[in-house]
Amino acid sequence: MSELLDAFAIAGKAFFGFQAIFFALLAIGINVHFGYTGLLNFGQIAFAMLGGFGIAISVSMWGLPFWVGVIVGVAAAVVLALLLGLPTLRLRADYLSIVTIAAAEGLRLLFRSVSATPVTGGTRGLSAFNADFINLAPWDPAGRHQILGTSWSGGELWVALIGWLLVTVFSLLVWQLMRSPWGRVVKAIREDEDAVRALGKNVYAYKMQALVLGGVIGAFGGMVYAVATGSAIPDQYQNANTFLAYAALILGGAARVLGPVIGSMLLLFILQFADTGLRALIDNGVIPEALLSSTDVAQIRFVLVGLGLMLLLVFRPQGIFGDRREVMLDAR
Amino acid sequence: MPADPSAHGAHAARPEELSTAQVAAALPGTAPTGRPAPQRLAQAALKDLPWEVGVAKPDPAIVVDGVTRVFGGLTAVSVDHLEIQRGGITGLIGPNGAGKTTLFNLMTGFDQPNTGTWSFDGKDLGKLAPHQVARLGVVRTFQLTKALSRLTVLQNMLLGAQGQRGESFLRALVPGGWRAQEKENTEKAMDLLRRFKLDAKKDDFAGILSGGQRKLLEMARALMSDPKVVMLDEPMAGVNPALTQSLLGHVKDLREEGMTVIFVEHDMDVVRDISDWVVVMAAGKVIAEGPPESVSQNQAVVDAYLGAHHDAPLTVEEEDQVLAEVEAEIAREEQGPPRVPHANRSDEKDGLV
Repeated sequence: MSELLDAFAIAGKAFFGFQAIFFALLAIGINVHFGYTGLLNFGQIAFAMLGGFGIAISVSMWGLPFWVGVIVGVAAAVVLALLLGLPTLRLRADYLSIVTIAAAEGLRLLFRSVSATPVTGGTRGLSAFNADFINLAPWDPAGRHQILGTSWSGGELWVALIGWLLVTVFSLLVWQLMRSPWGRVVKAIREDEDAVRALGKNVYAYKMQALVLGGVIGAFGGMVYAVATGSAIPDQYQNANTFLAYAALILGGAARVLGPVIGSMLLLFILQFADTGLRALIDNGVIPEALLSSTDVAQIRFVLVGLGLMLLLVFRPQGIFGDRREVMLDAR
Repeated sequence: MPADPSAHGAHAARPEELSTAQVAAALPGTAPTGRPAPQRLAQAALKDLPWEVGVAKPDPAIVVDGVTRVFGGLTAVSVDHLEIQRGGITGLIGPNGAGKTTLFNLMTGFDQPNTGTWSFDGKDLGKLAPHQVARLGVVRTFQLTKALSRLTVLQNMLLGAQGQRGESFLRALVPGGWRAQEKENTEKAMDLLRRFKLDAKKDDFAGILSGGQRKLLEMARALMSDPKVVMLDEPMAGVNPALTQSLLGHVKDLREEGMTVIFVEHDMDVVRDISDWVVVMAAGKVIAEGPPESVSQNQAVVDAYLGAHHDAPLTVEEEDQVLAEVEAEIAREEQGPPRVPHANRSDEKDGLV
């Protein structure tokens, strides 16, 4: 029993940890793209990778200050959004999804390639670029802190604090935008582009603004991840993360300000709880070794998440915060 | 040859037609009665024009010149010269596939022609994107109604307002900059919604409205932009007869407010009722223009709808007689159902003959 309580505590840390922040920021970006504007961005992780490597390359390779690295990461995400959007946003929605998924894979392979090693560190990536940031912590970064039965290092706590601050800021930004006339236009574009064009709105410009905004928010997610882990490795930025972020968004409720945030926290909690919980049950012999070995746990927890998502879509398609009436309108 | 338009064509050929006023009188509550006679300035201005294709209008709002649009081997639109009178209601009719909607798309920037120029108020619309055309004051509706389902009715309306400060990304972040304007627009939207009897639905999602209500909403939304020209693509399609009357009333109101209306319609009764001028298209070309009563007498129009070699044994009168008998039979079978205005109109006419 105490193992399960431990599992709960560890999962509770995941609920607030940097990975939840990472997915929350990815999902807030996707929410701007997909939830509000109807843009199918299947390569959100590419923006995160540019954010993370923006800091890593600027600090480790070019010797620039940390804050310049942040600006470089944001600028890179803006450029990527423009490059992806310029040719595709005039076309049907599918084209953006094709281009973004290809860009995400292509950029990762480019960053891990041998020829890129002098800049990106190749498959080993870059490290030791977050000291400037961690040292800003108002407490001892190396010290341990016990919070509600979970143990955090000072550095972790600092990253989490700033990370959740970023999540709050971007959530407020999205909330303010979506209740403004700008948000109304963007939501209308999701419903029917041509109708919005016929009403005198420059649909292309709005889609581009939304793509850039969501991409920049995703880039901040990548920065949090890189700073928290202290390293930037191209293979950390697998495109599966984009789809986990989509899962988090749908779990929380698309086109809701808090949907991606709560969705990410719950997703990470469930993943972590399934992991430690299952391991504890196997160690205790509650689950026989023949049925499930502890080496399979890492895979089986994703199966459980998948199962959970299916049940969610059957019984609560609007997610946690969504409006069922609104979601059901699509079925007509 | 589609059967439906040919039937309408046969009806339209008959000179006896109930006037709008009579229909309105038969329909308490659906059409304005006792309203002062509308000013039909455009009709008066167009009265003495010859019934020729490409005839110059006294005060054209839109001028189309040599516009062609080719899809592969098919010439969808090939219009040599067409002028649309300002302040009038111009009906655009023609059999399915005549190029009416394509012409709409070309004129509003949704499609680009292979050749040709067209202008609105002397301003060339040739290379403008749809939203630029809309900003000049030429708004359109769509054949398949585009209600923005997951926006509320009021949000749909507010979207139509032009020059909104809060629609720019940066200014959207400062609510103080757009609150006042938003309030004004909301009042204007509510006025329009009341006029279109949708005010009770203002907080409902547009997706739950009925087909006819969506048509009303789309028209009301277009009016939010204070347009100069309104282009309606089959505004009455799929709308029940009672609502058709109310939509007709709204279209006439647009003319009284000085807007230029161009509309595509298949129902000849509607076309006769409200148009000041009718343009007939077939196979991409304008084959006839003139006042509504001229069109049904035009041999080219009859040929376009019925086929040039329609060696039908029935004359128009015989066809109507057969039709009247069938309709009378249906009426008997239904044992005097509540008067459905539109469907009964032909019955009443046949009774008058």
